[in-house]
Amino acid sequence: MTTSTDPSEGTFKLSMLIYDTRYRSITIQIVALIGFLSFFGWLAANTISNLSDLGKEPSFRFLGEQAGYDVNQRLIDYSSQSTHLRAAFVGLLNTLLVAVLGCVTATVIGVFVGVMRLSKNWMIAKLMAVYVETFRNVPVLMWIVLFMAALIESLPAPNKFRGADPEATMKVFDSVAITNRGVYIPEPLFSRSLGDISVGSAFDISLDLIAILAVLFAGLWGARKLRQRADAIQESTGVRPVTWWARLAVVFVPIILLLVALGFHLGYPALKGFNFQGGTYMRNSLIALWLALSLYTAAFIAEIVRAGILAVSQGQSEAAAALGLRGNRIMSLVILPQAMRVIIPPLISQYLNLTKNSSLAIAVGYMDLTGTLMGITLNQTGRELETVLLGMLIYLAISLSISAVMNWYNNRMKLVER
Amino acid sequence: MSNTHADTVLFVRDTMLPQKNPPSTSVGAVGWARENLFAGWGNTILTLLAFAVVYYLLAGILPWLISPTFGAESLTECREILAAKGVGSHGGACWGVISERWKQLLFGFYPAEAYWRPILTFVLLFVAISPVLFADYVTPKLLWFTALFPFLAVWLLWGGSLWTPVTVLAGFVVGAVFLSMGSKIGGAIVGVIAAILGAVLWWAVAAAPLASGLSSVVEIGLLPVESRDFGGFLLAITLGVTAIFGSLPLGIILALGRRSDLLLVKSLCVGFIEFIRGVPLITLLFVASTLLNIFLPPGTNFDIILRVMIMMTLFAAAYMAEVIRGGLAALPTGQYEAADALGLDYWKAQRLIIMPQALKISIPGIVSTFIGVFKDTTLVSIISLFDPLGLANAIRADGAWTGIYWELFIFIGVVFFIFCFSMSRYSMYLERKLQTGHH
Repeated sequence: MTTSTDPSEGTFKLSMLIYDTRYRSITIQIVALIGFLSFFGWLAANTISNLSDLGKEPSFRFLGEQAGYDVNQRLIDYSSQSTHLRAAFVGLLNTLLVAVLGCVTATVIGVFVGVMRLSKNWMIAKLMAVYVETFRNVPVLMWIVLFMAALIESLPAPNKFRGADPEATMKVFDSVAITNRGVYIPEPLFSRSLGDISVGSAFDISLDLIAILAVLFAGLWGARKLRQRADAIQESTGVRPVTWWARLAVVFVPIILLLVALGFHLGYPALKGFNFQGGTYMRNSLIALWLALSLYTAAFIAEIVRAGILAVSQGQSEAAAALGLRGNRIMSLVILPQAMRVIIPPLISQYLNLTKNSSLAIAVGYMDLTGTLMGITLNQTGRELETVLLGMLIYLAISLSISAVMNWYNNRMKLVER
Repeated sequence: MSNTHADTVLFVRDTMLPQKNPPSTSVGAVGWARENLFAGWGNTILTLLAFAVVYYLLAGILPWLISPTFGAESLTECREILAAKGVGSHGGACWGVISERWKQLLFGFYPAEAYWRPILTFVLLFVAISPVLFADYVTPKLLWFTALFPFLAVWLLWGGSLWTPVTVLAGFVVGAVFLSMGSKIGGAIVGVIAAILGAVLWWAVAAAPLASGLSSVVEIGLLPVESRDFGGFLLAITLGVTAIFGSLPLGIILALGRRSDLLLVKSLCVGFIEFIRGVPLITLLFVASTLLNIFLPPGTNFDIILRVMIMMTLFAAAYMAEVIRGGLAALPTGQYEAADALGLDYWKAQRLIIMPQALKISIPGIVSTFIGVFKDTTLVSIISLFDPLGLANAIRADGAWTGIYWELFIFIGVVFFIFCFSMSRYSMYLERKLQTGHH
């Protein structure tokens, strides 16, 4: 059978490259490769000739030069004497800061709104629907600019806090100052600090922070061991030992002891001169960006959560009720674990969107990666090609790592099918 | 027992009682309220809380919104009107800015005597997409108009001689003629190559002289409008619509490439899609505004709006590819197998069986991509184009309106909301309509 349909070997004709399916795929791929390479070659040739006309040579040496500009919101030490590389790093940390803050708040608000939108209470459900539709049908850039304007226009200036009978007062037991320049919150301080260790003379990492994290993780690990032991005892004897106080103690007692040993206290902001001093300062731009991104993304997350819960069939909750489970337990043991499988993939893409949208910080002057590397550094050094490409690469790396982590989690949660 | 039954039972009802109305507390408005608003203590508290929030919001916003300042010509005049009314100089909105500038927010710096052109284009846009959107009610013959519409729209919006779009359009006709001739002589591949060569030659050599020759014979033209005069919602809609319709063919090709068995083609497509989806749109706009000049041959300098259009099309194409890939994956395998069983080749199977179904499933996704791209057009204000947000900054730079925020934001927000909300409702209607076919 096969001999009659197989074309004879050896009679290779040039036209077989196109008409014979055995060779055609190779032909198409080679043509595609040639097309792709020649397109890139053309772009590269243009770029080289254009840059040499402008008298610029592509190089990343500018990253080692002195930046000469100040970054007002920063997580690590930085001054205008620092290098462009360090400025870019400060920007990257700011991007990550607002992305992490935004993802956490957006998830909390989004889950809350999504669940409430399914409420049997008509009024609550409608209110949540209005919130969702309002936020997701208006561009996020407008929300960012609007929140910024709202903060500047409606909050009191620092000098309103002055005097015997001030117009504005500090909130939460005189510890938080909300002004039109930003919000000052108490900062953690250690009177018997362990000091810092420097990594490659570029970054200082606080040993206090490392110690606290180490003790915290040890405590959590201990609590987990205790729970596993309780599970094992329940399996073998049928009686579950009461462990909740031991589990709480093993987490909190060491942390509290450590904090006392380090001399932990809060540094409160206080009005000095024209502005508040001390405390942790969160600029307006950070807060506006954070609020706008969280509320905007939360509207999308709410819809995802709602769709996920609705995707779990009615029979599941009825079966759970028939087993005698109560409302809360039906939600936490039966509905949510199944809804999570539907929720997580679109949730990942919302986190990615939020991270990418954080680049709109440039509209309110928050110095994120776009503001430092692709903003001021670009303007000062005139290196459009290098800065924009480097910035895009960094964003790409962030996006790919978020999706890698989330895909790993998604695979773990996935329904195991036989 | 049955024998004694008649003796023991003294009364047997022989007529039905008329049905009673349900209790008044479980029907009508009262019943509805009891069920949906005041079912139980917790529910009642939630309802009251919600009413309090709504009242608080409305009481704060409504008096500010209802403010008789439509005639004011500057912010100071507004404040005077409000102060004279006794609500305090900041106690109300200043709608004068909207009544003075709404045309600018809609059309940018487009010449006022030519406003009919964008409006006509906008109306024709709906005619052009109606055979796709409302396929049940509109004759499919309108698809010919859909094919013509891009050329008509470019001519109406940018103006200039009618012969330029006509000769460009003729290039496609030339290509089609070459395709049919070439396929007769040397098969499909020769036909495609001949068509591409013919069309490109036509555009490179014949189109421009022919257009100028024709316009010297019969001059039909509109007042030309520069790209930099585009602004406001005109710019946002132009960018959004171009990006979506440009991205459709590109997205289909990318989606097919991503599902292809050819390793190299597949990896090129995956690389492109993931790259574009992994970077923020604003960095692509930076590429458009600063780098495109470096990438292209020395001396090419085309206008920023066209560059932004190209970038937004590429951006939308990556997202469109994922939407269409979803549609392709949602088709049952039986469809692919049936196409193979009929002996159709790859392209015929795609054209006749796969794509019509996959695209139909993807329409809701395409609409939501469009909403996203339309909202993202506001980002061009960051590279100093005058989209609605950019115009709001420009209006604020005018001495008469310095310090005005909310009124502009509300106007822009409401217009965006109307567009996006109606599109999302449409896509929900479509999802419902498509769902009835299955299940």
